[in-house]
Amino acid sequence: MRGLRPLRRELIATWGFVARNVHLTKRYWGWELVWFVYSLTSSLAVAYIGLGTERLSGPGVDGNYLTLYLLVGTLVWSYLSQIFYVISEMVAWERWEGTIEYTFMAPSSRLTHLVGTSLFAVVYGIARTLLILAAAALFFDLDLAGADLGAATLWLFVGSISFTGFGILAAVMPLLFPERGVQMTNVVAALLLLVSGVYYPVEVLPGWLQFLARASPATYVIRGLREAILEGRGLGDAARPLVLLFLGGLAMILFGTWVFSLAERYAKRTGRLKRSG
Amino acid sequence: MDALSIRDLEKRFVKGRRGEVYALRGIGLRVAPGEIYGVLGPNGSGKSTLVRIVATLLLPDAGEVRVFGHDVVREAWKVRELIHRVSAEAAFFKKLSPMENLLYGARLYGIPGRIAARRARELFSRLGLPPDRIGKPMEQLSRGQQQKVAVARAFLHPPRLLLLDEPTTGLDPRSKREVQELILELREREGTTVFLTTHDMEEADRICDRVAILDEGRIVAQGTPAALKARVSCDGSEATMEDVFFAVTGKEWGDDEGPEAT
Repeated sequence: MRGLRPLRRELIATWGFVARNVHLTKRYWGWELVWFVYSLTSSLAVAYIGLGTERLSGPGVDGNYLTLYLLVGTLVWSYLSQIFYVISEMVAWERWEGTIEYTFMAPSSRLTHLVGTSLFAVVYGIARTLLILAAAALFFDLDLAGADLGAATLWLFVGSISFTGFGILAAVMPLLFPERGVQMTNVVAALLLLVSGVYYPVEVLPGWLQFLARASPATYVIRGLREAILEGRGLGDAARPLVLLFLGGLAMILFGTWVFSLAERYAKRTGRLKRSG
Repeated sequence: MDALSIRDLEKRFVKGRRGEVYALRGIGLRVAPGEIYGVLGPNGSGKSTLVRIVATLLLPDAGEVRVFGHDVVREAWKVRELIHRVSAEAAFFKKLSPMENLLYGARLYGIPGRIAARRARELFSRLGLPPDRIGKPMEQLSRGQQQKVAVARAFLHPPRLLLLDEPTTGLDPRSKREVQELILELREREGTTVFLTTHDMEEADRICDRVAILDEGRIVAQGTPAALKARVSCDGSEATMEDVFFAVTGKEWGDDEGPEAT
């Protein structure tokens, strides 16, 4: 039983991070509402491009297919970027609130801190994306009869792991650069948006950008989800890329946590932990 | 075993064109278990840097700091289980209530929410925090009430060494007195060792067993308030801590308001 005590303590601390973020989300409900409306209208604006293209180009273009293609891209991106931002901005957020030293002084591991924040990000991201999807469904005649929703769910889950690792790695920047760190994470997110085929197939990109696209986990998640939803591609066909993405995601989390621990040490040596931007 | 022992501690920071500046230099002190030890110094003297190093939030450049025998660098994890820190600024999630903030803090120390909520209510009641404030956002509480919540947070997981970094700065006289009484009561009842920084001469004189005077990152005098005052008293009249400060630094209190190192 004694050996279980540290584990129990870490589990309680993990829940502490989740519960804290739930409380914050409730208290900042006005912001959440604004952000939800913004995300929904952005998704709708992108999805309408599908119907608009059909109108402009004539019957040769399947507007419904294109709409669903864009809607999958924009919703998945909304979900993945949500995870990325919640994790990557956790340091900046705590610095702004003034609580960062209390969190870093507590006897709970940094992995617990990162896992707790990530858990909330995933659950929150799923709930938010489902709400946007439900609202978007009122605007379009979505045909999901041929979709393999089981495979789509698994792609989303595995994609969450990959983006958690990316988020942890990006969280290093606000830790090291109190004044400009958050802007740097925005640059990373923008680059991922450009190269990951969110709104178009990556094949339309120049060769060097396609090279970057291969390094982005979002490329595989979005492609996998489109194949599952638009073409009904099942798990049997997707097993290998899913396993590779899962292992890559785990490696990224471990690598990100290791880099974060080095950055934390540097911040504690130079006095950057508390300094606000 | 000392509750806190510091030997030859040094900390430097890079400050733009000024290059490396010393925030702390050659610091050495020992605090006995159950003692209230005060570090007295003006703004920018290095007090907060010293507390942050003990709290494992800054790494020293040289020297050794031990909390109940544990090294703050190599055994930071063990040190964190023994300490808690209350600082001058209200370090809370401003939109969360006192209860939500304390639940978060308690869970980081492995205390389940149900137990933490019960303890928090007891502490709020003892500190005289009005019940109708417990569920309100922290930003709606007065500065004194916020500081009481900070003290309550520190005692959810009773520390063996409590680090108080100017805990009464900005408080009105009544709130200041209440926090000071609480510190004395907690030492009496829990046997907690207190390491306190302050620039309030009267506070240091009133509640500290021993005091160190810090000036430009160096300890220039330490001892009991009575002994320090006796040392500078010359014509039979009782000296004040301000007289002590002037005698050991050659400066009037408040002359040196340089920027704090971190």
